[in-house]
Amino acid sequence: MKAHLTRRYMFSASHRLHSDAMSDAENATTYGKCNNPYGHGHNYALEITVSGPVDESTGMVCNLTDLDTFVEKEILDRFHLQNLNTVPEFGQAVPTTENLSTSIYDILQRGFTHAHLEKVRIEETMMNSFEYAGGNEIRK
Amino acid sequence: MVYLTRKAEFAASHYYHNPEFTPEENRRIFGKCNNPNGHGHNYTLEVTVKGEVDPRSGFVVDLKHLKEVLNREVLDAMDHRFLNKEVPEFFTRIPTTENLAISIWQRLAPKLTTAHLHRVRVYETPDLFVDFYGEA
Repeated sequence: MKAHLTRRYMFSASHRLHSDAMSDAENATTYGKCNNPYGHGHNYALEITVSGPVDESTGMVCNLTDLDTFVEKEILDRFHLQNLNTVPEFGQAVPTTENLSTSIYDILQRGFTHAHLEKVRIEETMMNSFEYAGGNEIRK
Repeated sequence: MVYLTRKAEFAASHYYHNPEFTPEENRRIFGKCNNPNGHGHNYTLEVTVKGEVDPRSGFVVDLKHLKEVLNREVLDAMDHRFLNKEVPEFFTRIPTTENLAISIWQRLAPKLTTAHLHRVRVYETPDLFVDFYGEA
């Protein structure tokens, strides 16, 4: 039988929202306080949902140790306590939480093979969150 | 269509062990969860039902009915229990969060008459939960 498993992780990082495609005035208008050249930070909560048939011999969709090990090495080591503007994944992209969601989704999609990736959800603050399922509809 | 979610909490102990695995395999796959004396969690359960709103009552489901079924079929059986030793389906099935969600669905689905079960969500801890939608 198919089940969905969601694991929640925390990481902290700083960023500055600034687009080279805009003038300074446009950047200031578009991003407001987030355009501060010195940056600012958040405690991000990351939820990763994977799915698959529950293995009868283990009772699991996938072994949590495999997911935790992958996330620690490929995501948390890369983003936790970093300035997102300096993380290569973003290149020239603005490190909004939208772009962070798609980057993290892509890292998992490329490298995590133990279960099917359903979606990534990120809370930037307690007041806003972002979900990405690779372009698929999000199931509630 | 309106979706309604009812939340409940229960506390239970469990351990993970497959008698077909060697002791080494059990330890490697299940880690600390393989301790035969068990360990416990405060589980949070969210049951979501869906249906059309009845024009006379304004309800999707009578919450009193949902609560009674939930108490009788799930909480009475699992709250303050050692799942492996006291809940029959876990005599043979490993009581992982995945299997708990499936088991709770199987206990509730046949008993809910006025609303359709949409999702069973079981939180083992605040940072780990499983959703089951009744899919084969």
